[in-house]
Amino acid sequence: MSSLTEQFKRSIIVAEKNIKIYYLKGPVILFGLVFPLFLALAYVVGRDIPLKEFLPGLIGMTTFFTATSVGPSIVPWETRSKTLERLLCCPVSISTIIVGDVFSSFIFGLIISVIPLALTLVLGIQPLNFVVLFLGLLVANLCFAALSVLLSAYPPTDVPATAMMLSSLVKFPLVFISGIFIPMEQLPQWGRAIASISPLTYFTDMVRQLFLSRGFYPLALDFLALVAFTAIFAFVAIKLHEKTLTERLS
Amino acid sequence: MEDAIAVKELTKRYGDVTAVDHISFEVKEGEIFGFLGPNGAGKTTTIRILTGLIRPDGGEAFVAGYDVLKNPIEAKQRAGVVPEVSNAYVDLTAWENLALIGKLYGMPSQKLRENATSLLKEFGLYEVKDRPVRAFSKGMKQRLLLCMALVNDPEVLFLDEPTSGLDVESARLLREKITQYNRDGKTVFLSTHNMEEANQLCHRVAIINHGRIAAIDTPEKIRAQSMELQYIEVAFNKPVDTQEFSENPSIAKAVPAGNKLRIYTDDPPTIIEFLVEYAKKNDLRILSLNTMMPSLEDVFLKLIRGKEAVMR
Repeated sequence: MSSLTEQFKRSIIVAEKNIKIYYLKGPVILFGLVFPLFLALAYVVGRDIPLKEFLPGLIGMTTFFTATSVGPSIVPWETRSKTLERLLCCPVSISTIIVGDVFSSFIFGLIISVIPLALTLVLGIQPLNFVVLFLGLLVANLCFAALSVLLSAYPPTDVPATAMMLSSLVKFPLVFISGIFIPMEQLPQWGRAIASISPLTYFTDMVRQLFLSRGFYPLALDFLALVAFTAIFAFVAIKLHEKTLTERLS
Repeated sequence: MEDAIAVKELTKRYGDVTAVDHISFEVKEGEIFGFLGPNGAGKTTTIRILTGLIRPDGGEAFVAGYDVLKNPIEAKQRAGVVPEVSNAYVDLTAWENLALIGKLYGMPSQKLRENATSLLKEFGLYEVKDRPVRAFSKGMKQRLLLCMALVNDPEVLFLDEPTSGLDVESARLLREKITQYNRDGKTVFLSTHNMEEANQLCHRVAIINHGRIAAIDTPEKIRAQSMELQYIEVAFNKPVDTQEFSENPSIAKAVPAGNKLRIYTDDPPTIIEFLVEYAKKNDLRILSLNTMMPSLEDVFLKLIRGKEAVMR
């Protein structure tokens, strides 16, 4: 009953609950839809370069912002509305709840990030391998969703707006160091070193390879890095949430 | 009879503060066990440990035979909980809230539907089952929380201040349901501030103070342990000077209580004789005279703040 499969099923139930409750919350709409849209427009409008050239950055940026828009607010919201303790009294572990939160963030990111991808196909811009691109999109969304839930772990606030603001302090610098505005090959050595610590770098690099055949890292390394970042973010998120739980409940 | 809950040397510290200090007790199957204590005594911390929310720093705790530290999921699977500070999901309907909890307990959908329907009808919420909980009153929300705790048909029910802040009608309904649930042989662990509630509902109570168990027994036996708190309440037709009463060696204390006089004594028959004599001698009439046993509240106050706090 308490097997891994049963807990996994319960994570899906937690994710369903999150989808019903949190997808339509103001901050999620703002940070997950409105914000990436305006950022994308600011990125595209007035730049005299072919659409294909800035597609990798555009897809990378929208995927990153949408997949990280739900996660930071769920636990603070549940703390504030006093539903967290009720949820934790059920036969689920913290990891089950965190995995459920990651799923709901992942699904939101995936649904929204498919839009620019579909747009490219409508405009007749074909990636080298659509299946690989879609797999990359799945892994990247999962990675960013895990990061977003990690961002809600500390400090253990019960104010969703504070969690959103603090997560933005991490998300914005990541966008600037991840080879979106300046491709990796044009960065100095120290810039590349900094970029290598951002998961977004590997996704942008992957998309760049699949659309422009110009990548800095091998495609396999991009995948591997995203998988490794996902595992690290999820592990640290579970441990940090476990650690801060008592403080949240008090 | 098996122990539904067993706690051995349970300890929990928050920094320098010991919230729960080596407490031990057992709750028998089918018992309503009251857990009484002032704010900050360690009641909620104990419940949170027993319901697998926080880990203790020492000791052991078993719920329905499962170690809450080693098998928290199995222990939680057999328990239903109404936490002290909790809420249903206000964006979801009453039905969706019950369905969510039932699914998280891994209930088969048919059984979940049956239980949810029956509970919502029993608690007078069936007609509003499709309304978002946001529109519910506090009493309705609390009734829904109890439905959520019962939907999985738990062996052990943990209730942390379930009637706190409720109107009289809702509180009464909740008490009735707790008793009814217990009649079906289920165990209830009830944390409450309300002494009368504990007195009415509980087979046994534990009084916790500063993280330690100060007393544990049936309400009657606990009261009997504090016979020095029994008193005689007498009303005379004229005001009297209490000085003469204080000089009597059988009287622990005499204090005015409204138009009456409250006389604390461990020997009521002697004091009744004394009062009759006193009335004759001073040309007084006794309008009323009652011998009162100490209430659970009196014993509680004595254990928490000392005898003087009761005899004020």
